[in-house]
Amino acid sequence: MNKEIVIKTDKLTKRFGDFIAVNEISFEVYKGEIFGFLGANGAGKTTAMKMLIGISKPSSGNAAIAGYDVYKQTELIKRNIGYMSQKFSLYEDLTIKENIQLFGGIYGLSDDQIKTKGESLIEKLGLQDEADKLVVSLPLGWKQKLAFSIAILHQPKIVFLDEPTGGVDPITRRQFWDMIYEAADNGITVFVTTHYMDEAEYCHRVSIMVDGVIQALDSPEGLKMRYNAQSMEEVFLMLARGAKRSD
Amino acid sequence: MKQLLIFIRKEFRHILRDYRSMLVLLGLPIVQLLIFGFAITNETRNSSIAILDNAKDETTQKIITKFENSRYFDIDRTLTTNEQIEAAFKSGKIKLAIVFQSNFQNELAHANKAQIQLIADATDPNQATTLVNYASSIIMDYQNELNETNKLPYTIKTETRMLYNPQLKGAYTSVPGVMGMILLLISAMMTSIAIVKEKELGTMEILLVSPMKPWLVILSKAIPYFIISLINVATILILSVFILGLPIQGSLTLLILATVIYIFCALSLGLLISTITETQQEAMLISLLGLMMPVVMLSGYAFPIANMPFVLQALSNVVPAKWYIVIVKGIMIKGIGISQIWKELLILLVMTVLFLTISIKRFKIRL
Repeated sequence: MNKEIVIKTDKLTKRFGDFIAVNEISFEVYKGEIFGFLGANGAGKTTAMKMLIGISKPSSGNAAIAGYDVYKQTELIKRNIGYMSQKFSLYEDLTIKENIQLFGGIYGLSDDQIKTKGESLIEKLGLQDEADKLVVSLPLGWKQKLAFSIAILHQPKIVFLDEPTGGVDPITRRQFWDMIYEAADNGITVFVTTHYMDEAEYCHRVSIMVDGVIQALDSPEGLKMRYNAQSMEEVFLMLARGAKRSD
Repeated sequence: MKQLLIFIRKEFRHILRDYRSMLVLLGLPIVQLLIFGFAITNETRNSSIAILDNAKDETTQKIITKFENSRYFDIDRTLTTNEQIEAAFKSGKIKLAIVFQSNFQNELAHANKAQIQLIADATDPNQATTLVNYASSIIMDYQNELNETNKLPYTIKTETRMLYNPQLKGAYTSVPGVMGMILLLISAMMTSIAIVKEKELGTMEILLVSPMKPWLVILSKAIPYFIISLINVATILILSVFILGLPIQGSLTLLILATVIYIFCALSLGLLISTITETQQEAMLISLLGLMMPVVMLSGYAFPIANMPFVLQALSNVVPAKWYIVIVKGIMIKGIGISQIWKELLILLVMTVLFLTISIKRFKIRL
């Protein structure tokens, strides 16, 4: 694997008053990698991710995303990443085409680019007949696939997925992961948080956060071996059981 | 710039696809204006009155005929003695009694002075005042007719003059009031809801992560409502001039300038509301209770500010609509120029800057 580093954090910390949400986390993510960012509710995943995508200032520590500093170069970071959140991230009262136009425009694609990329996206998802329908009329699984496709429309260096498959059936989740693999093969680094442990198995490497610190970081196989576990679920439970805080 | 245009187009799509809101946005001003202009009015028509004519001469007959012909009054009964007056009021049917002194014509002709007593049912003081004013002006009318043909002036009654609104038209107060209310409703409430909606649906997060500048997001939310507000201003003014017959005495340019400032003020208030609320319902409630109520109660639109207790009078000063209504009344009805309303305009501008500063501060803290 190409070992070019695209995310590097060094003792990255976020405090809210006395509460340390994220406590000196240091890790690296490589280009084209699918990096699973796991942790129980309240472990600090979301806070850490917010610092990485440039919408929350760290209290201390350093981080570079796609080579850009999280303190000073948030504008450049935003230009070079894609983001899809746990909540649905498209406009439901706009059509599929209009959503593509909107987000393409926001990320500075030209009209021609939007047209060609948008058409191939619609074709790939098999949504030709729905292209002019409102997004609200689509089933959830399709919406999520569409949201992911739009998040990587501008070919970001890294795409951040915050629990992208919440509430989606297993078949669609499998298809969703096929799309993630395809993106990774195209050189897009995927940084994903999830609650589904079977999905953790799909990642190249996984980190598990407990109480604001990273307790473990390795490939799923490596983790299972180290903790002598059959599945990622067992690994996760073993580590997360020691957590002091929860929601 | 391209980002902004794309975003404004998106906002218009949101608005245009929501037919119900669209209908409310454009229809509400018309409905409100017509209701307040025609149905809910301080004008009183066809009020029953009683007449006690102690003189029964030619002059009193002429005056009574004038009352008969007036659309404001219906002569319900003619009385013969003073005692009957109270009974007539107690019957609840009549609102006003007109009593002519005996020997009316002679007094008028020789002493150039005669008296008419107006007795009103003041259980409803507003109506009583209105009726007395109507009656006085009818008598004044007659007096003026007499004086045209006579060198020596006759005096029938002390003069009461209704400045600026001689016909006491309801539209004179309802048009500025409706403008103050509608513009605030659309600009402040709809803008705050539109912004909070993005927060609630989670799309705001997506926008914050995107290279789109936050102020561009906000600006593109405000522009469509600014345009809709201008359409509403045009509708209201056209309706009030051509349907309600309320002329614009002063400068139209000045009126539009003041209105644009007021819309800016309302938009920045909407922005402020959006920074302190998380859900659309919350934003709507705050807009309705925090903005609409004060506008209706404290702007001087429904209730005269001068009659309020000191605390409420002081409070009314922070209601932007109060100043705007003063401006609109001044320009539309009195025809005054900028030299007399610059103070009010300045207050609106200061409020706008203040609201904007607070919202921008709060917006940054959230990030």
